[in-house]
Amino acid sequence: MEWLMWFSKPENTKPLALIIFFVTFIGIVIYVYGSNKRSAKLESYRDIPFLDDQPGDQDGTKDKQ
Amino acid sequence: MAVTSYSGAEQYNFDIVKKFAVMSLVWAVVGMFVGVYIASELAWPFLNFDSPYFSFGRFRPVHTTSVIFGFGGSALFATSYYVVQRTCQTRLISDGMASFTFWGWMAIIVLADISYVLGYTQAREYAEMEWPIDILIEVVWVTYLILFVGTIMRRKQPHIYVANWFYLAFILATALLHTFNNLAMPIDLFSMKSYSLFSGTQDAMVQWWYGHNAVGFFLTAAFLGMMYYFVPKQAGRPIYSYRLSIVHFWALSFMYMWVGAHHLHWTALPDWTSSLAAAFSILLLMPSWGGMINGIMTLSGAWDKLRTDPVMRFMIVALSFYGMSTFEGPMMSLKEVNALSHYTDWTVGHVHSGALGWVAMISFGSLYHMMPKLWDTKIYSNKLVEVHFWLATIGIVLYIVAMWISGITQGLMWRAFDEFGNLQYSFVESVVAMMPFYAMRAIGGMFFLAGTMLMTYNMFMTIRQGKRESAALDARLAAKMAHA
Repeated sequence: MEWLMWFSKPENTKPLALIIFFVTFIGIVIYVYGSNKRSAKLESYRDIPFLDDQPGDQDGTKDKQ
Repeated sequence: MAVTSYSGAEQYNFDIVKKFAVMSLVWAVVGMFVGVYIASELAWPFLNFDSPYFSFGRFRPVHTTSVIFGFGGSALFATSYYVVQRTCQTRLISDGMASFTFWGWMAIIVLADISYVLGYTQAREYAEMEWPIDILIEVVWVTYLILFVGTIMRRKQPHIYVANWFYLAFILATALLHTFNNLAMPIDLFSMKSYSLFSGTQDAMVQWWYGHNAVGFFLTAAFLGMMYYFVPKQAGRPIYSYRLSIVHFWALSFMYMWVGAHHLHWTALPDWTSSLAAAFSILLLMPSWGGMINGIMTLSGAWDKLRTDPVMRFMIVALSFYGMSTFEGPMMSLKEVNALSHYTDWTVGHVHSGALGWVAMISFGSLYHMMPKLWDTKIYSNKLVEVHFWLATIGIVLYIVAMWISGITQGLMWRAFDEFGNLQYSFVESVVAMMPFYAMRAIGGMFFLAGTMLMTYNMFMTIRQGKRESAALDARLAAKMAHA
């Protein structure tokens, strides 16, 4: 269990945390912008709020009947 | 993507959304009225009436609790239940649990407000409720979490829309923050008082870890969830960039947790801790502005709506204030700026540019969009929405400008020395210098409150109109059936 002591020193854990979080962030950016196909798929989710609209919801001409 | 046809009340539980929406307006009026009252107490001290029950110290948490948790919280419950159902195209998993969150949340606000006036407070910023109320909050909040996650789990839409991510982050983070900030040992089972598990500097740090993340997750992330649904809906066009919203979400969620210690610059807190918080505060500018740009650019190609649609104007002005206060915040977190601004009215002005300009304005815009739909009608008066917009905007500007002038004046007076190295001004002299700005702030608040009251009237009439139309329709249908 001696190796766990390595984590108790801030001079070790601070750069480690920096590497983990930075790599994670870069990973998210690459995932989001890295592929045209995936980009198109992700952008298609923009329309979700409009999928269950009633006719006339957008232009305010909705008729109760 | 699954496309489901909308069938209103049968498909969704809109009853709970209506209840929370109405109560958010009620709490807005109550909370803002108390806010105007305590602002007036500072400008015209006779309003204290020499009574502890009217004192600023007791009314201030009534104001913050009523506006943050009463108005803001109810608006978030309402919109999150509305958005999660419509974007997941499924009904809430339990009507009973939804109802419990409503009655539980209302009981919490009422109990908290009464207990403050009676003098009970654990004196933690934005968490003044004593331990029995804290336990009730925990129960209601866990129910909310189960209800929200359960509804997402039985969605018909394969993808979880980004607004729900923000709402979920808000619910999870608030659960975490509330639990750890309120760890305490009651003095007695039948006593309202308790001792915090933390002490000294650690206690201060836990309080501001909670305090700033309450701003970050309750007052920012959650209202961004609102923005990501209602801005596209009102604009009639999808969000500018879905990919940007993903980066916005992860960057914001990660960075906010680190910045609380910037409230404790130049204190007993280790220097590196507050420097780290300041560094993350500066970094936070990027996702914040990314989100603001994403919201505003949604109107790209339809800018004319800003002229023609007053509801849209509420939303875009809200985003502009979001951008402004997320620039001001990082600036104030710099140690040198903080040395001047801390403990002054500048901080109060900054909080209100976020709370009134961002939180209240985006809530007003979202409620104006949602409430007529809930009652299946149109807004009673667009003219009143227009008047509300200008009352609110003028009120905010008066408020913020007053607090900027008074805050910077305070900071400069407190640090001024004479030629012998003594303080140039006594504290009382700085208070006297503030008086005109306290009056100006109170007047700004009155403008804002007047606008909110106008909205409440407008929405009351909208609901009445919706009910009348619905009753007339039912009568026509019944007559038709009778003749058939």
